[in-house]
Amino acid sequence: MGMIKAHNLVFEYIRRDEEGNVESINRAIDNVNIDVTKGDFVAILGANGSGKSTMAKHINAILTPTEGTVWVNGMDTKNEEKLWEIRQTAGMVFQNPDNQIIATVVEEDVGFGAENLGVPTEEIWTRVEESLKAAGMLEYRHHSPNKLSGGQKQRVAIAGIMAMKPECIVLDEPTAMLDPIGRKEVLQTIKELNKKEKVTVLLITHYMEEVIHADKVIVMDQGKVVMQGTPREIFSKVDELKQYCLAVPQVTELAYELSKKGFAIPKGILTVKELVEAINSIA
Amino acid sequence: MSSIIVDQLNYVYSPGTAYEKHALKDINLVINDGEYIGLIGHTGSGKSTLIQHLNGLIKATAGTIYYNGEDIYDKNYNMKGLRSKVGLVFQYPEHQLFETTVYKDVSFGPKNLGLEQLEIDLRTYEAVKMVGLGDDILDASPFELSGGQKRRVAIAGVLAMKPEVLILDEPTAGLDPKGRDEILEQIAKLHRDSKITIILVSHSMEDVAKYADRLIVMNKGGIVYNGMPHEVFVHYKELEKIGLAAPQVTYVMNELNNMGFSVNPSVTTVEEATEEVVRALSQTYTSRRKIKND
Ligand SMILES: Nc1ncnc2c1ncn2[C@@H]1O[C@H](COP(=O)(O)OP(=O)(O)O)[C@@H](O)[C@H]1O
Ligand SMILES: Nc1ncnc2c1ncn2[C@@H]1O[C@H](COP(=O)(O)OP(=O)(O)O)[C@@H](O)[C@H]1O
Ligand SMILES: [Mg+2]
Ligand SMILES: [Mg+2]
Repeated sequence: MGMIKAHNLVFEYIRRDEEGNVESINRAIDNVNIDVTKGDFVAILGANGSGKSTMAKHINAILTPTEGTVWVNGMDTKNEEKLWEIRQTAGMVFQNPDNQIIATVVEEDVGFGAENLGVPTEEIWTRVEESLKAAGMLEYRHHSPNKLSGGQKQRVAIAGIMAMKPECIVLDEPTAMLDPIGRKEVLQTIKELNKKEKVTVLLITHYMEEVIHADKVIVMDQGKVVMQGTPREIFSKVDELKQYCLAVPQVTELAYELSKKGFAIPKGILTVKELVEAINSIA
Repeated sequence: MSSIIVDQLNYVYSPGTAYEKHALKDINLVINDGEYIGLIGHTGSGKSTLIQHLNGLIKATAGTIYYNGEDIYDKNYNMKGLRSKVGLVFQYPEHQLFETTVYKDVSFGPKNLGLEQLEIDLRTYEAVKMVGLGDDILDASPFELSGGQKRRVAIAGVLAMKPEVLILDEPTAGLDPKGRDEILEQIAKLHRDSKITIILVSHSMEDVAKYADRLIVMNKGGIVYNGMPHEVFVHYKELEKIGLAAPQVTYVMNELNNMGFSVNPSVTTVEEATEEVVRALSQTYTSRRKIKND
């Protein structure tokens, strides 16, 4: 079984009035089946409101299914006895860097989650050091988190999750509030965790350029999974993506425009290098 | 002609305390009526601090600002008038929606200006239309709306004040690509149709390249570049050093140029880039055919 598996998952937000009568039902996840292989880097794309965050919250059991089942490393998220183990297995990083920082010194912040898990003090310090190093933030260990840039704060948040030694990390739009370099730094950190530490990564984002290195892309629309494939497969379908309120990276769009004009540029170009080579080969 | 002139502006947060921060340093700037300005810079470079000066929310530590020739720090200057002429849409403005209906939220500003009911209604309808929403949304609760819709309602609330200058602080952060394009298209339309001056703060180099006439680039509280997008993005290496970048197509054009293609390296949008590559490729085709024929 994979790292994360959802089988016929349905989730409904149910609103009740003061007497507890149901006022409205919003089916945010509508019969989703996904299977994330251990060690993979999977990106989730989708319009605002398509159900991405609701999906993410199922992975560390903040939410549990209305129907169907979610397993994290084989553990059914409905099993309350496994709650802590599930949360330790799958760590979450959110959008706003400022809401995730708790302590006044970087290294304390990073150790906080591990401490809560009851990790012995000695071990915590080793983990803090390792995770800060992995996130490229070791030199800031004695700094105050408030003084850091947005990208640095997000890397501290990621280090904090890493110190809990999760097998899987779920990031819900971690770069939405960052400047270009902050985005690059955070993405680099995520990629390295995936490659070097073999952490399974689930990245939710609206930046199309961030998913080109993923092993697999999942596209959601109105609570359903509507596309799945490699970045190249997904980004070859420019028109279909537009239907789901999405876009392609600017180089992919340029390649697409050129092929529309009759030039023999392959579909699904993902990087500047690929496009330059493609243009050079037909010149 | 109306304009904003920023003259030797300096701002220090919490002077004399441990948190003292010299956030704006000797800023000089002219913004003309009807311009579309893109304001870019790394996090903490001073963008939000600067724009809050432009509508008088923050008072400079030193230096001054002239709005339509008048010094806004003059004793007799009508500061309340300035706030309605220079509309500011904050980051994540939907967090500031608080009324029970969209109508109440959008009409809040005009009501506060003490306008007549008819004028308030007119402005509310018009503002909602300007952001591309239908009348039917007016009775809805802002909390029932999607992220993109909420964002537009918040922008409508500022437009209902009939500003001459509209400043938006990262209005597309967190929106999906379609929502982002729709908001930017609406702003471009407003700029075209109503001739409102626009100042767009953004972290997307692609977006400012596509929409702005002129870019102002901030770094550590100062202005480092001020020019048309293609003039600014030529300095992409320097921009990277200060936390920014150039649009992806600019990198493509530079690479091609280095390889000997005769394309303009300062191109910043997909449309321009398509034209350049098509031209360069047809030139090589023609010249090859010529060599063959000769
Ligand atoms: N706490 C909540 N209560 C009720 N409805 C919600 C709640 N959170 C999200 N929703 C609704 O569920 C749907 C999916 O939302 P979400 O998972 O946040 O989407 P995304 O993360 O893709 O933007 C939307 O229709 C949204 O309005
Ligand atoms: N209320 C405040 N008190 C103290 N310093 C502040 C405050 N607001 C912003 N700053 C500091 O001023 C500088 C400029 O911030 P800001 O204008 O918000 O930048 P930007 O909008 O470009 O990210 C930063 O160093 C920031 O930390
Ligand atoms: Mg979400
Ligand atoms: Mg800001």
